Amino acid sequence: MTYHNPPTTPRRSATFDDYTMSEIRRAAATGIYDIRGSGAKRKLPHFDDLLFLGASISRYPLEGYRERCDTSVTLGARHAKKPIQLKIPITIAGMSFGSLSGPAKEALGRGATIAGTSTTTGDGGMTEEERGHSQTLVYQYLPSRYGMNPRDLRRADAIEIVVGQGAKPGGGGMLLGQKISDRVAEMRTLPKGIDQRSACRHPDWTGPDDLEIKILELREITDWEKPIYVKVGGARPYYDTALAVKAGADVVVLDGMQGGTAATQEVFIEHVGQPTLACIRPAVKALQDLGMHRKVQLIVSGGIRNGADVAKALALGADAVSIGTAALIALGDNDPRWEDEYQKLGTTAGAYDDWHEGKDPAGITTQDPELMKRVDPIAAGRRLANYLKVMTLEAQTIARACGKNHVHNLEPEDLCALTIESAAMAGVPLAGTGWIPGKGSF
Amino acid sequence: MCGIVGLFLKDKTLEPQLGAMLSEMLVMLTDRGPDSAGIAVYGATTKGKAKVTIQSPSPTTDFAGLEAELGKKIDAKVKLLAKSTHAVIDVPADKVEAAREAIAELRPSARIMGAGEAIEIYKEVGLPVDVVKRFDVSKMTGTHGIGHTRMATESAVTTLGAHPFSTGPDECLVHNGSLSNHNNLRRELVREGMKFETENDTEVAAAYLSSKIAHGLDLGQALESSVNDLDGFFTFVVGTKNGFGVVRDAIACKPAVLAETDRYVAFGSEYRALTKLPGIEDAKVWEPEPSTVYFWEH
Amino acid sequence: MSVTTLAKAPQREVNYSPRVFDLDAAPLRELNLALHQVADAADEPSWEVINPKGSHAVAAGVAQPIAVEVRGSVGYYCGGMNDKASITVHGSAGPGVGENMMSGQITVKGDASQYAGATGRGGLLVIEGNASSRCGISMKGIDIVVRGNVGHMSAFMAQSGNLVVLGDAGDALGDSIYEARLFVRGEVKSLGADCIKKEMRPEHLAKLKELLDRAGISDVKPEEFTRYGSARTLYNFNIDNADAY
Repeated sequence: MTYHNPPTTPRRSATFDDYTMSEIRRAAATGIYDIRGSGAKRKLPHFDDLLFLGASISRYPLEGYRERCDTSVTLGARHAKKPIQLKIPITIAGMSFGSLSGPAKEALGRGATIAGTSTTTGDGGMTEEERGHSQTLVYQYLPSRYGMNPRDLRRADAIEIVVGQGAKPGGGGMLLGQKISDRVAEMRTLPKGIDQRSACRHPDWTGPDDLEIKILELREITDWEKPIYVKVGGARPYYDTALAVKAGADVVVLDGMQGGTAATQEVFIEHVGQPTLACIRPAVKALQDLGMHRKVQLIVSGGIRNGADVAKALALGADAVSIGTAALIALGDNDPRWEDEYQKLGTTAGAYDDWHEGKDPAGITTQDPELMKRVDPIAAGRRLANYLKVMTLEAQTIARACGKNHVHNLEPEDLCALTIESAAMAGVPLAGTGWIPGKGSF
Repeated sequence: MCGIVGLFLKDKTLEPQLGAMLSEMLVMLTDRGPDSAGIAVYGATTKGKAKVTIQSPSPTTDFAGLEAELGKKIDAKVKLLAKSTHAVIDVPADKVEAAREAIAELRPSARIMGAGEAIEIYKEVGLPVDVVKRFDVSKMTGTHGIGHTRMATESAVTTLGAHPFSTGPDECLVHNGSLSNHNNLRRELVREGMKFETENDTEVAAAYLSSKIAHGLDLGQALESSVNDLDGFFTFVVGTKNGFGVVRDAIACKPAVLAETDRYVAFGSEYRALTKLPGIEDAKVWEPEPSTVYFWEH
Repeated sequence: MSVTTLAKAPQREVNYSPRVFDLDAAPLRELNLALHQVADAADEPSWEVINPKGSHAVAAGVAQPIAVEVRGSVGYYCGGMNDKASITVHGSAGPGVGENMMSGQITVKGDASQYAGATGRGGLLVIEGNASSRCGISMKGIDIVVRGNVGHMSAFMAQSGNLVVLGDAGDALGDSIYEARLFVRGEVKSLGADCIKKEMRPEHLAKLKELLDRAGISDVKPEEFTRYGSARTLYNFNIDNADAY
């Protein structure tokens, strides 16, 4: 009787998984690193690993509606003559005209204004549309200085000095030739159609001692009216926050690795910079050590998706959060209605991240005149406002359930963690225990 | 980050004013570094004698009786002059090592700031104007000196974290910038037997130079070698018994200005630190080139 | 009877003597605020700043065609974002003089430290002494004329505008340059990535003459300069250029 050897089940490697192997093949074919948009996609310890405790016998909740739960935030009262007042603790993060279409930027401005919050310019400078449609506009001051000018500085409501961002702490902006249209080229003083190489360091200062002098200059030019924000990626949040404060910042913006970008090298996004959850506690500790918590405000971004994320970030000590990717999704980015077109591009709704190619079927991360028409700025603005409202209501619901009459009164002690990593990163106990791993190192 | 000043006198008639000039230069750069300040002054030497500068968090208890105890322990004539949290102890030149060990035993909480025939080092937490007043720096005389005012980047704001750092006799170093491979270097130097008090990157640079000098290089060669071995952004000003040197890394982003006349050579992180020096209007003023060692000696 | 049809125009009070600001007596903030509040340059065309003593951001953000004489040396960012004003520093300037200048003119009688004219978009920056490293970094339309030398990494990522150097240039001149034009009369220690010597044609000589005239320099000739600019090989990424990155 012949006996056939049964074959072993084919087994895929966890180390050389499908994605990794396809990337090696792509690299071998093209000789260039992979460039894409969005933030870190791999699974990371995040706000979902934290839970609120809520109220019961020892804590009492607030009734909805009648018993107020305030959500307003003041940013930049440290030095500015005109601090910023927001109705909600959620702002729209910096995204450039150039990476986004004009209608998309307009939609962001409209939605944010309805909701009573701010938008932020990006690496392309300020457009008339954005200043017109956004009631409160934060003007980014980046290493590239594309389009930088004193007139826009003076008509901004705040100035955000970008030292880094979560997707690429230590990297500069990037816009490939396909998206350098006439208008973009003119705003950035570049020849049309070339690949924009951006500097990763500011051209005229390096280090916090020089940053202090730069902040002084910007204040002098704007007669000390505007709050000055300093934005950093998730590198060394304790020291970065302390140094931003020492250099004179009014607000610190901290962007974790889930924070998106229009385009950068994939290795940067996935392998440089810490998860948002790991950045918050060290940054808050730095503020507390300097006696500046709530005096210099902290805005956290990088993977904020819903009111629970907002509430958790605030409970850990942030004053507000900022959304980028989530705002684009609210506008219609990666919507399944364009699935046929995503498939033609070799991808699928929800996975599309080759924004640098400028072929976005949703018409958001593109400069193509035909595709751009797919975004109706008024309707999309309404969608963004709805989404912001839902996040705010969700955060209020949670805050009320924890007995708070202002979302800022949420505390780390209102939270517990489901995993050891998230407990250590957030500095809250593992659920069911009194144990905070890693306590004592910061 | 930080502000650095340095002054090397060619004209002996200026020596009584060294402390005053250096203090004024340092205070000008206060906003570059509000956390702590330090100064190294190279004063008159006496043949056969050396000075050990120590610092203590509890000076009254630590310095009381130390002169007698130390003298007994190393069997030598010893003189202690206290200045706030620091004290300068005169010992015979051939007893410096013995004195260092003895001090460590007798007063474990005291720290040696520096030792040598000419050098005195004072550094404390606080603004430059307060630090120079505390140690009466304006009255000091000397041939050369360097000063530093600090904004801590990645290590703590403590007395020990302040600059100048001294890791060899009459040698000291101040630094503006941020090194990026100091942790690896520290581990290698620890294997060689060097001791570190802080997590500070500058302390590693000082130890690196001392290690090179101990291996037979002169200061100029040690500085040249540092340009290759140290990574990151740095402007270094170093002091030795007879001179002072300046070097910047290859990228040279951190500011540095030198000024030279017949009477002195001065260094400042910003030109404004030099504006009160005599004859500055006619001085040769320039910014040091990257990766180039500049050195002056008596 | 003679009738005059000439209307009587109201005599305008023009104050020709300069408005003087002493930075020993008044804080920087007051000076800059006063400069920003000039509504009509014709009313107060002339300003003088004394005792600057290395202060930073002196006359930053001016937006009127006034003249500002600064008597002494300044710190960082003097004349930052200058628009239309004519600023003269009778001394040396720290890092970033004229950074992001929009228009107008800044003249430094002494030396300028690093980043002179950084990201400047228009106007003319004249340095009569030497400029240090990174002169004209990321320039976006400004014209810079330096009588002395410029340091390393000058015109790094220079996008547009003109840099004229009568002396020598340090290492890596014009690294990653875009469309700015560089004219150097002395030696260039080394050229940066994608920066090459270029042919001087009549239009370049004419432009150079115009720049020298505007800078008040008449003791050198355009023919004595060499032009440098972008080889344009790094405009679109190509793996074979990897060494240049």
